[in-house]
Order: sequence, then C-alpha cells, then structure tokens
Amino acid sequence: MSEVTITRAPATGMITLRGDLSNVALQTAVTTLTGTGFPQQREILHEGERSVAWMAPDELLLLLPHAEAQATVAQLSQSLTDIPHLVAEVSDARSLFRLSGPGVREVLAKGAPIDLSPMAFQPRHIRRTRLGQVAAALWMVDADTFCLICFRSVTEYVDTFLATAAREGSLPNHF
Amino acid sequence: MLMLTCPNCGVTAEETEFEPGGEAHLTRAATDSTDEAFRDYLFQRKNPRGVHFERWRHAYGCGRWFHAARCTQTLEVFGTYTAQTSAPPDRIQAAIQARRPDWSLT
Ligand SMILES: [Zn+2]
Repeated sequence: MSEVTITRAPATGMITLRGDLSNVALQTAVTTLTGTGFPQQREILHEGERSVAWMAPDELLLLLPHAEAQATVAQLSQSLTDIPHLVAEVSDARSLFRLSGPGVREVLAKGAPIDLSPMAFQPRHIRRTRLGQVAAALWMVDADTFCLICFRSVTEYVDTFLATAAREGSLPNHF
Repeated sequence: MLMLTCPNCGVTAEETEFEPGGEAHLTRAATDSTDEAFRDYLFQRKNPRGVHFERWRHAYGCGRWFHAARCTQTLEVFGTYTAQTSAPPDRIQAAIQARRPDWSLT
C-alpha cells in the first residue's frame, strides 16, 4: 500500500478568463459567480464546488461542476460585454489529478523544481511549474492533499510519472 | 544553477522553468537598411564574459516574457525587469554598478 493515493478527477468544468484583472467590474463578475473573494497573485480560492485561480497577470482559471461550465461561459460573456476580455471553456483541454497521503509533498517534489516544504507551500497557493518534462499547475486542498492539472495530451505521462514517484518505499521522507 | 525571479508573477525559480530568448534590447533594422545592418540585426550577437542583458520567458509558469541582467561568468543575477522597455531601468544599472564598479552601459 503506497503512502500516496493518486486519482484522476472525473470531468471537471474549467474556464479560462483573460482580461485586465484590476478591473473592478471584471472582479465583481467573477466573485459573483464563484462566491469567493478575488484571488491575489498566485492564489487559489474555493467556495463549495467552485474555485478561482490566478494563473498569470491577465489570466484566471475557474473550476466548477462540469455541467455548469457552458452556461457559466455564457453568463460571464454577458456580464463582461463592455470590457475587453476572453472567456473560453477549457474543460477538455486539461486533466485534473488528486494526490492524497502523508508523502504527497515528496511525490511532487520528485518532479517539480520548486520548494514544496510546508514553510513555502500552503493551501491558497497555486504554482504553475513543470512536472518532469511537462507543464503542470498544483495547489493544496488540505494538509495531505494536492490537486494537479496538466494538459490532456500529456495525461498518460503524468499518470505514469506520479505512479512511479509514489512507489512504496521510494519516498525520502524529507519534509 | 541559475535562479531567476519572474517580475510578472513574482516567482523565483530555477533555470529549467524558463526559456532563454537571447540578447535583449536589439533594435530592428529598418526595411531600407543596408544588407550589413540587416545581417548584424539578425545574426550578430554580443557574447560577453561578464554583464549581459537577456530576454527570458517564464515558459512553465505564467508564460510571460521579461528581461534579466546577469553575469555570464559567475551567473550572478543583478536583477530582472519588465519586457516593456528598450533599455535597462536605472535601478538595474545601479545594481550592476554596485557589484561591478568598472561597468557602464555603452
Ligand atoms: Zn512568471
């Protein structure tokens, strides 16, 4: 039994929103939808089944139930009519993994060149980086659980990478 | 190892999270330039041992371009700054001069 369980999340709604993140009308449109606050730089906020993540200085990612994604895109487009923006459903573009267990920081640290110590990485943080040879973004759900998204085309690579990294007896127990 | 701080997302990361974009602050040769001027714009690059200005992209992170001033000999990074400029800002020049008193922007 490995110390870390890795699962593929079922289809999750994902929406990319690009625009001027300092625009108050845009901020309101987002927070009204998600029920969260507006994320600061490299922050992810959750409310129930909805999350909003800061991806870049002009880009957010919304996560929500898959069935609501299309309607939400339409709703966002409508409330942002007067603001230059781009909103697109990207649910099928990415895969979402869930990693759970006491060794989860070590599993990820084998592939991501970032500081994953509890001092440096905590819930609310989202970090875009690489895992092995591919781009990935990761954040924490609780003390022992991480979520990771990657492009769908490299899902199998990430799946294999994580399974190998999590093999029983292979964790350095550093953190 | 080279560590860079992306001014777009604030992350300090190691080299493999970035992609190098070559020498910074090039001026594009105009369409009526001589062949020599166009050749120089396209191909002639500085290759100093010492202070160098470069373009980098945070390829695995926020995806944005920025500039970096660093020493090619020691890998010391003097600072990183916005891509939206055609010359290193004063604070970067001051940071270089503090470490390399003989250096000047030429
Ligand atoms: Zn960045």
